[in-house]
Amino acid sequence: MSEKKKLKNPLSLQIDPELFREASEDEKKQQVTMRESISFMKDALRRLRKNKIAMISLITIVLIALIAFIVPTFYPYTYTKQDVTAQNLAPFQYSQKEQMKIDKGFSVFPHIMGTDSLGRDYAIRVIYGTRISLLVGIFSALIVIVIGIIYGSISGYFGGKVDMVMMRIVDIIYSLPDVLIVILLSVAIKDWVSTSQSQLIARLGAGMVSIFIVFGLLYWVSMARQVRGQILSIKEQEYVLASKAIGASPARIIRKHMIPNCVSVIIIIAAMQIPSAIFTESFLSFLGLGVSVPMPSLGSLASDARTALRSYPYQLVFPALAIFLIVLSFNLLGNGLRDAFDPKLRN
Amino acid sequence: MNAKFLRYLVKRLLMALLTIFLVIAITFFVMHAIPASPFSSEKAKSDAVIAALEAKYGFDKPVIVQFFNYLGNILKGDFGLSTGWVGNTVSELIMGGFSYSARIGFTAAIIAIVFGIILGSIAALRRDKLVDKIIQVVTTALVSMPSFVMATLLLLVFALQLGWLPSLGNQPGGLILPVISLTLYPMAYVTRLQRSSMLDVLGQDYIRTARAKGVHNSKLIFKHALKNTLTPVITYAGPMMAYILTGSMVVENIFSVPGLGRLFTNSMLRTDYMMIMGVTIFLATMIILMNFLSDILYKVIDPRIDLG
Amino acid sequence: MSLLEVKDLHTSFFTSAGEVKAVNGLSFNLEKGKVLGIVGESGSGKSVTAYSILQILTHPGRIVSGSIRFRDEELVGKTDAEMREIRGNKISIIFQDPMTSLNPTFTIGNQLEEAILLHTNRNKKEAEERAIEMLRLVGISEPEKRIKQYAFELSGGMRQRVMIAMALACEPDILIADEPTTALDVTIQAQILELILDLQKKMGMAVIMITHDMGVIAQICDEVIVMYAGSVCERGTADAIFYHPCHEYTKGLMRSIPDMNDDDKKRLVPISGTPIDLLHMPPGCPFAPRCDRAMKICLKEKAKEYWVGHDQLSACWQNIKDGICSTERPEKEEEEA
Repeated sequence: MSEKKKLKNPLSLQIDPELFREASEDEKKQQVTMRESISFMKDALRRLRKNKIAMISLITIVLIALIAFIVPTFYPYTYTKQDVTAQNLAPFQYSQKEQMKIDKGFSVFPHIMGTDSLGRDYAIRVIYGTRISLLVGIFSALIVIVIGIIYGSISGYFGGKVDMVMMRIVDIIYSLPDVLIVILLSVAIKDWVSTSQSQLIARLGAGMVSIFIVFGLLYWVSMARQVRGQILSIKEQEYVLASKAIGASPARIIRKHMIPNCVSVIIIIAAMQIPSAIFTESFLSFLGLGVSVPMPSLGSLASDARTALRSYPYQLVFPALAIFLIVLSFNLLGNGLRDAFDPKLRN
Repeated sequence: MNAKFLRYLVKRLLMALLTIFLVIAITFFVMHAIPASPFSSEKAKSDAVIAALEAKYGFDKPVIVQFFNYLGNILKGDFGLSTGWVGNTVSELIMGGFSYSARIGFTAAIIAIVFGIILGSIAALRRDKLVDKIIQVVTTALVSMPSFVMATLLLLVFALQLGWLPSLGNQPGGLILPVISLTLYPMAYVTRLQRSSMLDVLGQDYIRTARAKGVHNSKLIFKHALKNTLTPVITYAGPMMAYILTGSMVVENIFSVPGLGRLFTNSMLRTDYMMIMGVTIFLATMIILMNFLSDILYKVIDPRIDLG
Repeated sequence: MSLLEVKDLHTSFFTSAGEVKAVNGLSFNLEKGKVLGIVGESGSGKSVTAYSILQILTHPGRIVSGSIRFRDEELVGKTDAEMREIRGNKISIIFQDPMTSLNPTFTIGNQLEEAILLHTNRNKKEAEERAIEMLRLVGISEPEKRIKQYAFELSGGMRQRVMIAMALACEPDILIADEPTTALDVTIQAQILELILDLQKKMGMAVIMITHDMGVIAQICDEVIVMYAGSVCERGTADAIFYHPCHEYTKGLMRSIPDMNDDDKKRLVPISGTPIDLLHMPPGCPFAPRCDRAMKICLKEKAKEYWVGHDQLSACWQNIKDGICSTERPEKEEEEA
């Protein structure tokens, strides 16, 4: 070997020799910001919380719900009380009679949204209408979730012929025009509902009952399809085989292993179902097929406002704004949920 | 085309026919289940009409027979006589109304699809820039607004307050506001679908290859990407039609357009059951046909997809 | 002046989770007619480097700073229109998965001709002839039939040949091959590599071969850059890197490859730890947390690159400590007897 020439050693740099001691495991670990392995759900929720728009929407929905369900308990006006002296008041306007009372020293709670053509306080009617919308949304979602999950998981789990038949049925149901059938049903059961023995049914009105029936019969299909899809892919996973091997029953496997993995899909679809149901309800009410008078619905309020549109436009604006706000919040929340739970984080 | 495609076409056609049949059956039996006799209402109907209907549909015969009578008549194009507009057959009235509704509906549909695709593509191409953000905000808002609210607001602002456009459908230019009311939601929806689809396709490897070859951006879009982005929009065509047709019920009402939708709502008021059934079946058939067409179109555009 | 000079390139992806620093201060030169290998694990920034050169980074990626000079012309800062002149024409790239990289709805002839028509003055007929010629060149039989076929009608190896044909149709100065054989069967791998080498010699172009497979490096590369977390650990001729790796990371890579000549009982030593999180880069050497011989200074500061041989540079504090580094290029050692 030839003699090595003297290398220009970079160690001639002034570096503390102490630094050339071996680094300990701890020191190395500190450098690594190891992502704690958090569960999928926690990770998704964390992402959701970071999403400002989704959080604002969630807060808005909660606020709206609080207003809709709590305010009427202490609000000074009811949604049925008519007052012919206080018709069509503008927001914050007082009727002559009310003005006189104030002059005398009594306090009269202002009509925040004015009054309608029968002198009923508009704000409380909008609030009740909101309540109806929210209830429809929630119950529809519940129906869809329950039926959709059961149907989808049975179909997905058992597969084969069972799955084929069940999915065929789903295909057929899917192609039926849902809104038309809802309308049809509403018309058909209108009389039956208003003369019904059950107070609940009579109060709900033909539209609502039809909505719930149709949701129960038709709207669960997309949920069923998604759940089935998820189940099919989970079925192949090894932990399911392991479960089977130790003798777990189908119900137990479905319940314990499969459904929790579908949760993200379920939540997303349910969230998107709610605005759809609210749309349909307000549409029906607008047509006069919804809740029975005098219970207000945002749709019927909008419809009633048409006659006085030129003179009292606010009677349209308030319920319109309410629907818009509710649906928008649910849509944005749904988008946020989808982004949070979808591991591909697209767009 | 080839045999596989034909098999698919036939299968879809049979499915569509089956669904139509189901709709007719559901409509018939639901209507029939109404406790009140189909001919009792506040308005007095001429006895002659009632008698004619009874003879035709044999209300004394068992339900199933009535159903097949009805079905048979429909297939001949006979939807019965209207009791709300005495002297007219249901089919005449439907055809009359359809000419208006078709004009509004198809215009709205085409505008929604064309503009939706354009806007959605622009948003995808200028991703995260101002244009995209504006489009996203506006479409999110529009998608949260049901057609009847939109229609009434438009009526308020443009017809009543500003007076720019007429408020009644049969005035000149009177169809503009109804079309706008019906097209805004679907257009917003298509825009969002298209944006999402376009972003997906633009992320594909073969687009990356084309870009690496030096292909110009616009060519990239039109030649390479566009065809592959259209699938979700086509799939939406069916539900869009359903939305427009049902939406037209209120919109026609609001703008007093003498179309099918208004016919339907009025027939509900007049409890004209033959009319209600006829219109329901007609509208449903339109929707189902639209779904069928979009299924076929979907296959034509992308021959790769498995014809399950 | 080299054909391609990359100086201190920094490329990051600005995601909603933060800035992902994919390339951190990369520099290298590519000479005409040479084959340069870039080797590293997934996430080392190899592909991002290639995309940065051609500026085909996907959203939200961006070149943050640095210079890329091609034939003494600065590429960073060029408009998209200007880059289009270069893409597929002067600098071409072939990708890892030929199935998804070819448009499924066009014939391969169409795609080949597109490349040709874009950058040369040929008409359609001439372009078609050239396409057939290129297919023949890459060893595809019956090219006249093939140009009418679709991507899914060809085998994996053939598709990759088509990709190569497409990339070379305009006789580029540089071919960038991004893991061209990873998606192929082992037997086909060898064929494709040979083809690339063959064409490289014939056309005299420079090649950047990006791979994580040391075997590929051994087969066709003149020089090698070993990357980790967006920076260079070690660079040198293929021989130098293989026979005396200096950087601890390179040594780790070598230890984890099975060698036919090894004793049956020799254990493969994998590199411990998990790949680095590019969102949260530590201040020192990115490999330090996983390095068995890491020192305190490794965690604090990144080592600069120094010569460790006539044809080799390494950026490792361990080398500096062991005294094998030099700030000047050492003389070539005489051949051992």
